[in-house]
Amino acid sequence: MLRFLILAALLFASITMGAQAAESPQTPQELIAGLPAADFERKTEMVNALAASGHPRAGLIIGALASGTLFSTVDGRIILQTGQDGKSYADALTGNLIAGLSEGQLTKIGVNNRLRRDLRGLSARLSLMSPDPQTRRKSAADAFTAHDPETLPAIEEARKKESVPSIRQALDEARAAIVLQSDDSSQDDKLAAVNTLRARGDRDALNALLGLRTADSQTLRNAAAAAVKDIESSLAYWGALQNVYYGLSLGSVLLLAAIGLAITFGVMGVINMAHGEMIMLGAYTTYMVQQVVAGVAPALMPWALPLAIPMAFLVAGASGILIERTIIRFLYGRPLETLLATWGLSLLMQQGVRTIFGPTNKPVTAPTWMSGSFDVGHLTITFSRLAIIIFAVAAFSLLTMFLKRTHFGMQMRAVTQNRKMASAMGVRTNWVDALTFGLGSGVAGIAGVALSQIDNVSPNLGQSYIIDSFMVVVFGGVGNLWGTLVGAMTLGVANKFLEPYAGAVVGKILVLAFIILFIQRRPRGLFALKGRAVEA
Amino acid sequence: MRFMKTTIAACAMLVLSSAAQAAENTIKVGVLHSLSGTMAISETTLKDVMLMLIDEQNKKGGLLGKKLEPVVVDPASDWPLFAEKARELLARDKVAAIFGCWTSVSRKSVLPVVEELNGILFYPVQYEGEESSRNVFYTGAAPNQQAIPAVDYLMSQEKVQRWVLAGTDYVYPRTTNKILEAYLKAKGVKDADIMINYTPFGHSDWQTIVANIKKFGSAGKKTAVVSTINGDANVPFYKELANQGIKAEDIPVVAFSVGEEELAGVDTKPLVGHLAAWNYFESVKSPANTDFINKWHAYTKNPKRVTNDPMEAAYIGFNMWVKAVEKAKTTDVNAVIDALPGIEAPNLTGGISKMLPNHHITKPVLIGEVQADGQFEVVYKTTGLVAGDAWSDFLPGSRDLTADWTKPISCGNYNTKTKTCLGLKAMH
Repeated sequence: MLRFLILAALLFASITMGAQAAESPQTPQELIAGLPAADFERKTEMVNALAASGHPRAGLIIGALASGTLFSTVDGRIILQTGQDGKSYADALTGNLIAGLSEGQLTKIGVNNRLRRDLRGLSARLSLMSPDPQTRRKSAADAFTAHDPETLPAIEEARKKESVPSIRQALDEARAAIVLQSDDSSQDDKLAAVNTLRARGDRDALNALLGLRTADSQTLRNAAAAAVKDIESSLAYWGALQNVYYGLSLGSVLLLAAIGLAITFGVMGVINMAHGEMIMLGAYTTYMVQQVVAGVAPALMPWALPLAIPMAFLVAGASGILIERTIIRFLYGRPLETLLATWGLSLLMQQGVRTIFGPTNKPVTAPTWMSGSFDVGHLTITFSRLAIIIFAVAAFSLLTMFLKRTHFGMQMRAVTQNRKMASAMGVRTNWVDALTFGLGSGVAGIAGVALSQIDNVSPNLGQSYIIDSFMVVVFGGVGNLWGTLVGAMTLGVANKFLEPYAGAVVGKILVLAFIILFIQRRPRGLFALKGRAVEA
Repeated sequence: MRFMKTTIAACAMLVLSSAAQAAENTIKVGVLHSLSGTMAISETTLKDVMLMLIDEQNKKGGLLGKKLEPVVVDPASDWPLFAEKARELLARDKVAAIFGCWTSVSRKSVLPVVEELNGILFYPVQYEGEESSRNVFYTGAAPNQQAIPAVDYLMSQEKVQRWVLAGTDYVYPRTTNKILEAYLKAKGVKDADIMINYTPFGHSDWQTIVANIKKFGSAGKKTAVVSTINGDANVPFYKELANQGIKAEDIPVVAFSVGEEELAGVDTKPLVGHLAAWNYFESVKSPANTDFINKWHAYTKNPKRVTNDPMEAAYIGFNMWVKAVEKAKTTDVNAVIDALPGIEAPNLTGGISKMLPNHHITKPVLIGEVQADGQFEVVYKTTGLVAGDAWSDFLPGSRDLTADWTKPISCGNYNTKTKTCLGLKAMH
């Protein structure tokens, strides 16, 4: 009986305590301490209360929570990660550094997407006045996407003090997005907001304007409709440009993959089914180089990728020479056997790599300068793709220069055009064959370095590019590097223009069907070689 | 001289008979996972798990007093070869059970063989449902244990109104998306708010599709992507998402085929907050899971090897089979099949899974968000275990069907309206 009474008393006490906690405003200390145990809904209320409390470190704490650097310790203290290296910790509310903590003793305070979104809006509001212009710019942009009516006073306050014109504009846009949705603002204010967003002209602005379709006032509806029409037509134009860019970027990937094949298949006439595996070797070399650099000289990590380029060329080139000397030279003039032998070889190499490196994908990290994107007008250009376009063009120009301008390039062309004559002139044709095959393979290896940035480094990497490579070379015209360039870019752009309408699968099929028809009409591709060499 | 000969003959006899005895003293277990080809990336891990589990069982003294002997074959990601290898395992090696397959197409290829030769197949991967065979036990998730709860979560927690269903072009994504589309429409989502997109296996150029998703997602309604994109193609997909600046707070992606293993090759910092729905995450804190992870690290001698959901499904399946054999006191296929429904085995997230009469199991559904270290943090967990449903309630053809392999129904596709069993013909 006694036990029951105590239990009931406890129960009652806890209920009243809970009720009290919900009613009375909590101090920042209480709010913070309660964070780890709260569910996501409760956390949202708590951080809102914290933001409203005006505690000087509220913005910092909310930022830390959003980025997952707010922790609770075993003894219930709440701390956040600070410092450049992210290795030191400070008490969340006081900012006093706490020494001697390791990550193992800390429990991260969890957030989910919805909470993270709220936090972003909150921290935007709190850091609109930040002394750092970068932070202010980001906050203004966040405030635009959050369009939380409660931010409006803070935006207007910040707008008055802002000195940087671009941030001032961002604040105006954020304000416009909020004004359009609020019921309190005047008609004129809303019309001005429509114009601000019309000038911004992107998809987010379009969104905000689309909400006005049901506005009460006729003038406002008309103004919004005109702005929407304006933005839509300009976006369609930018969309087409964006597609061209995607096409060129796909084209440069195709070019990189095919350019080596343009030498081994196009110039030498060897149907090399193991070409894809040379690309794979290049990608694995990149992985190895990164591993070694990370182990030996971590400071050089940003340079690991450029360093991998010559290494991949050497590894793939040497394997190419080895393959030519041991297999392919016995099979010249027997295309079917070459095809089967190199196909078998490609399977061997795949399984070999799988046995050595394991079947799982290998992580190849991208240098920081290659991640992210920037905007040109309404065009989004990702750094990694841009780097690949530049890289492909550079590789192509170097290769054409090499073939045109160097002694070896001349010998190579001589052997392809007339083997007997070249031999009679004292060119060691065997040697030239081996080096040409090595060059083609080496270039494939370089392609592997680039592809490791956008695709999986797995034993199957090469397989996905072999068909495309042959397609490009045959379409562009066998034996012609310029044909490969034009072929790759044409197929890339065509693919990207078909994709939005037909879908990725059907788009690819359509391109293939087109090439089959095209080859029927022009069996030698876009740029056919003329003269005796073709018949030989 | 004659004496010598007889001695030798006797010796030979002895050796032979003891060899025969040795063969009888082990129970053979077939492991049918691709160790080469495209699927090797996922399936090799499952082979390792099976070998580890068998090894452990042997250390505990084997099964029915006999040692377990794994028979590992390599179907090389080649679907017809799966059928051939399964036939080899059942007819030549006389294995007591097969643990294997990953893709649905490989399972469909093995199905007629295990039915014809009356074998047992444990299938450890989440799949599209619409199947229940007397000879197959599905320990991965059915759509109602993965896809539907994930969509419910997005609807209630993230208030998603617009949906992109993106998948690789084959049977699992197509069927799952069909179920999801029907489900969404039943919930009042309009046609214009659903975008469906399929890409080929190993697709690597995601620029246009990601740009389209971005466009689709900027129509003023909260948008989410439900991804049934298969293994390998995910890495470039997520890279492109990160590069084009799509954050999880704006357009979350919930994936059904992306686990710890798939993320091992990706820098996950830009992906924090994207979701995955599974029945197990490595980050789940439970004594059974810690134990399993430690054993796995010790067995693979690699403290960095991650664990994932199909591994847990293989673990549950194997333990259920062991218990069923112990209950039936024989490895005889018919006895074990009859013993299996009702068998309970602990899962790694702290619950007890149960084999149901429809040959699916009960599992918890977990939704996790990607963290910067490549692990998932659970943000939602069903309160109880969810029973696997072989036939979806949201497709017109399968609404009235149910599977029940216990007497008196004993049917994989029993129509509850007409009270008839459609039989094998309707399944293949």
